[in-house]
Amino acid sequence: MVLREKISAYVIISTMLLLLLIGPAIGATAEENAEAIASVQTSLTFIWLLLCGGLVFFMHAGFSLVEAGLTRTKNTANILMKNMMTICIGILVYWAVGWGVMYGDSIAGILGGSQFFLAGADNSLWNGWFFQMVFAATGATIVSGAMAERTSFRAYLIFTVILVALIYPVYGHWVWSGADFALLTGGESIIVKIAGAAHHDFAGSGVVHSIGGYAALAGVIVVGPRLGKFKDGVAQAIPGHNLTMAFLGTLILMLGWLGFNGGSTLNGNDAFMNLVVVNTFLAAAAGAVMAMIITWIKNGKPDPSLTGNGVLAGLVSITAPCGSVENWAAIVIGLIGGIIMVAGVFFNENRLKVDDPVGAIAVHGYCGSWGLLSVGVFSVGIGNVILADAVYAADAPGLIYGYTSQFIAQAAGVVLTFVWAFGVAFIVFKLLDAILGLRVSEAHEIQGLDISEHGVNAYPEYIIE
Amino acid sequence: MKKIEAIIRHNKLDDVKIALDEAGYASMTVTEVKGRGRQKGMVQQWRGREYCVDLLPKVKVEIVVPDDHLDKVLDIIKTSASTDNIGDGKIFVIPIESAMRIRTGETDGDAI
Repeated sequence: MVLREKISAYVIISTMLLLLLIGPAIGATAEENAEAIASVQTSLTFIWLLLCGGLVFFMHAGFSLVEAGLTRTKNTANILMKNMMTICIGILVYWAVGWGVMYGDSIAGILGGSQFFLAGADNSLWNGWFFQMVFAATGATIVSGAMAERTSFRAYLIFTVILVALIYPVYGHWVWSGADFALLTGGESIIVKIAGAAHHDFAGSGVVHSIGGYAALAGVIVVGPRLGKFKDGVAQAIPGHNLTMAFLGTLILMLGWLGFNGGSTLNGNDAFMNLVVVNTFLAAAAGAVMAMIITWIKNGKPDPSLTGNGVLAGLVSITAPCGSVENWAAIVIGLIGGIIMVAGVFFNENRLKVDDPVGAIAVHGYCGSWGLLSVGVFSVGIGNVILADAVYAADAPGLIYGYTSQFIAQAAGVVLTFVWAFGVAFIVFKLLDAILGLRVSEAHEIQGLDISEHGVNAYPEYIIE
Repeated sequence: MKKIEAIIRHNKLDDVKIALDEAGYASMTVTEVKGRGRQKGMVQQWRGREYCVDLLPKVKVEIVVPDDHLDKVLDIIKTSASTDNIGDGKIFVIPIESAMRIRTGETDGDAI
């Protein structure tokens, strides 16, 4: 009896305390409550995008390590400088021009034409800008790895400015601006009307990765292969100098993708952010497993750096479809991404005879295109099955569910990423080559870009021939 | 006096050092070297492509001994450096004209 009395006393006191605590809320009107909730939700989005933007920023550390690790000691300081200056120039250029071209008031759905220098920015716009800025710089840094070990530092910097000011944001405008006439996604766009569905690129398989990858393809064609890469037309191995760096970088990139895809919900209250993150990691794992198995069968031993590329292949592939497909589909998308990446690396070297020391074109270009197409294959369609009440997913179901419109919209994006990024980058690289010289001299390439471009050795205590 | 130049595996250096030390031959000079013998090199892989590393890393141990100690020291090195596998290395013997300990000025047999 005594115990029961004690418990009831407890209950009474706790209830009174609780009433005291929530009393003010009960006293508020419904409007005041709604306002308070909306304000918390806005703050949640701000915090979510700042956190995710930070993770995407950290991917630049990942890219730096991957690119330095997969190239030779004599070019280490140079590749680190290129990565560092890509993000730093990216920040300034995306502030001055890039954001305005991408998200400014639309001119016929082709490009934006306001908000340059973040004119009229408020808390919300700064938040959006920071998150978009780290993406723009990511697109640019893809090029540095593919063109590593022979590209002039000065010419590379100028290309970075053009990519962040023009190539990336114009295509981004077509997909993400939300303008009525936005070429690939606007309700009034001719492409959307013909396809019968809006193109969907959740976090940028196309916008970021294909654009960066195909700009890189143009770059490696214009700059040519490194000395010694091809002997009588046969590709040779040029081992990178530090797999520890390359693997740490790959794992950093994998972590960064939590922000890259998770943050692309663009809403801290999104009901599907966890689907996005789970799909992202499933595809990354599947891509790595597939790359490991292929190289194991092909060469007798599992290749570490191609397996690392397999992680990235899975991640790039799932970047477009992560919010539109089921878990099993994410795994299939990652597995196929792994196949496309390994095949792409050998296609580049054996058929195209181009030299991409880090595999960036296969990882970002080809797997980016696969990511776009995979939306059209595996999308469950917004509002269906697991995506009931979703607000940001592909419009229509994919080919496996018997629909074609989404696939056509995705294919249109694949064509446009290639035509736009490869075409413009090719012209820009040709111009840079004619005006400044895109490539360092043969003597400088042999000496290493660390000494010839920066006057230092990344590892001064080693003797480098 | 003779100089013994033994080019051996990295992972046998400790065994050789210990075996020589136990037999009373503490002095030596050790250098990191690269080279090849009949084995020629090793095929390695990078991103699915084979390439040949045709100069392999080894260590060179140099010891100078009086003529009558030569066979004993050679035997110690041969035994302690051997794994019975390709790549164990080689031993060369070179005549030495003279030697001097810098600190004391002692020469030849007293210097080594």
